[in-house]
Amino acid sequence: MIWETVRLAIQAIFRNALRSILTVLGIVIGVAAVIAMVTVGQGSSDQVTADVEKLGTNVLMVLPGAGRMGPGNNSVSAALEMRDIKALIDQLSSVRTAAPYNQTTLNAVYGTEDTRTSVAGTDARYLDVVDWPVVLGRSFLPTEENSGRAVCIIGETVRQELFGNTNPVGETVRLKNVACDVIGLLEAKGASSFGTDQDDIVLMPIKAFQRRVTGSTDISMIYVAASESVSTDRAVVDIEMLMRERRRIGDGEEDDFNVRDMKQLASMLTGITNVLTGLLSAVAAVSLLVGGIGIMNIMLVSVTERTREIGIRLAVGATANQVLLQFLVEAIVLSMIGGIVGILLGLGLAAVAANIMVIPFSPNPAIVAIAFLFSAAVGVIFGYFPARRAARMDPIEALRHQ
Amino acid sequence: MADDTPVIDLRDVTKIYGHGEAEVRAMDGVNLTVAPGEFVALMGPSGSGKSTAMNMIGCLDSPTSGDYLFNGVHVGALDQTQRALLRRNYLGFVFQGFNLLARTSALDNVELPLIYKGLPAAERREQALDALDKVGLKGREHHDPSELSGGQQQRVAIARALVGDPQLILADEPTGNLDTKRSLEIMELLDKLNADEKITIVMVTHEEDMAAFAHRVIWMVDGRVERSGSHDEVFNHERRGS
Repeated sequence: MIWETVRLAIQAIFRNALRSILTVLGIVIGVAAVIAMVTVGQGSSDQVTADVEKLGTNVLMVLPGAGRMGPGNNSVSAALEMRDIKALIDQLSSVRTAAPYNQTTLNAVYGTEDTRTSVAGTDARYLDVVDWPVVLGRSFLPTEENSGRAVCIIGETVRQELFGNTNPVGETVRLKNVACDVIGLLEAKGASSFGTDQDDIVLMPIKAFQRRVTGSTDISMIYVAASESVSTDRAVVDIEMLMRERRRIGDGEEDDFNVRDMKQLASMLTGITNVLTGLLSAVAAVSLLVGGIGIMNIMLVSVTERTREIGIRLAVGATANQVLLQFLVEAIVLSMIGGIVGILLGLGLAAVAANIMVIPFSPNPAIVAIAFLFSAAVGVIFGYFPARRAARMDPIEALRHQ
Repeated sequence: MADDTPVIDLRDVTKIYGHGEAEVRAMDGVNLTVAPGEFVALMGPSGSGKSTAMNMIGCLDSPTSGDYLFNGVHVGALDQTQRALLRRNYLGFVFQGFNLLARTSALDNVELPLIYKGLPAAERREQALDALDKVGLKGREHHDPSELSGGQQQRVAIARALVGDPQLILADEPTGNLDTKRSLEIMELLDKLNADEKITIVMVTHEEDMAAFAHRVIWMVDGRVERSGSHDEVFNHERRGS
């Protein structure tokens, strides 16, 4: 009997194809939105994790300034120095290597082309820490690092902006008022998990950067690669102890620097992504609710329109419960069809978005199952009232209805 | 159930719609019995209560006072579901406007009562084809109502009434929408079902010619049975009296 009812429901749905499509549109959009949100959110979470793994989980950053990450930190603390880097490498076995990293934003000019880009002062060890190969030309030589000569290695985006596809090595780029010889091109990395273009960068030796760009000898950040043989947690503790000693911080006083580990950063980013995904999904879920109300609306119209049909069914011996079941099943089948279409549409949208955003396409079977069950539940909840109205019809009135 | 138990036994049945000023006595103390195998025509002017009586007999309505016994069973004591089961198993309806489901083949229309009976598909199909054959629509099983003439649509409706093997067929102005030739064909079909299948038939009509097919004519006025007898008795009296 139930299979028969489902068959009848499908018949009734296809008999009024246009109305059925309009009815389920709300469900389709709601489910598609939830599925797309969650799938894209999952994809960007996965991307963050993958990025961090690619960058190396053994990468640490040392920054001046106390406290946690985030705004509201106004305490002035001493900058880092080149000597700190030397001490970290020389004195700690848990540190494999380290590099300074100062960054600013400048216009880079070549001929008539110009582009606004990130300019960082660092040294050859940075490329080692973050495992970033130079694909054309070469890295910095020790002599260049020591002499403060203005040379630079550029990222793929900067090359495209200034040189197109031609070889930039040997050309001269002007940064602010510094003429800088291009000695290398970095491998293309794509967007970071922050969404910023990692290839939009110009690297200079730290000394040249300090002298010619910022005019100060401060180091604003140190990149550290922990030794493969020790845990990063161990390395963090070692670095903190050494830095406290070097900066003469007494017992009980708070650090005026902090050491960040990429895993922390990753979990923070994943956390943000999850909160955003949750919020957007909640909004999408509201549209599912609206879709459900749409189903109820149309089912009520349908019940009124089919009054005569209901009268006929009652006259030929349908019980009120059979009529109730028929309309209820119709609403459920309708919203489940909406759910399936919505799932397919949502996955499709997520796949396209993943492709555009260059993140992995990570469909979550659990969410798909939940969305499907939810759409069926919408059918039950919002189909019940119209179905009950159909079942309670007076057959005489119903048959007289024109 | 003894053979002499009437199929229909209305005892002092009154049906009142509305209250106070708007009160309408659609049936006012109706006594009426119909024996198994009878073919009865229910007649009377508009508003005489014949449609209300028909709904009452069809277990679609219940009396305000008085009793209705169907095969000796008090219908008034049955709940909605039990009345639906009674309609399903003992009654067949034929309406003036055919009341077929639109965009649904003749076969599916005829199968409808059997679906509610819970018959398996193969059996349903067999019985529905059989019923369509009996009403002379073999070969039209897959036509939609819109592809059939009025006479053919009414035949489909009769097949639908017939398919559940009912004891009683209730026909409410079955020829009201048909021309004379089709009307006579439908009446011949009903007459044949009455004679061959021993189905009791109660028919509402306002056409004398159609009432002539019935064994007995019941003439209602103002919610009461005014006369009951053979066609000639009733109509000769009508002509003399009014």
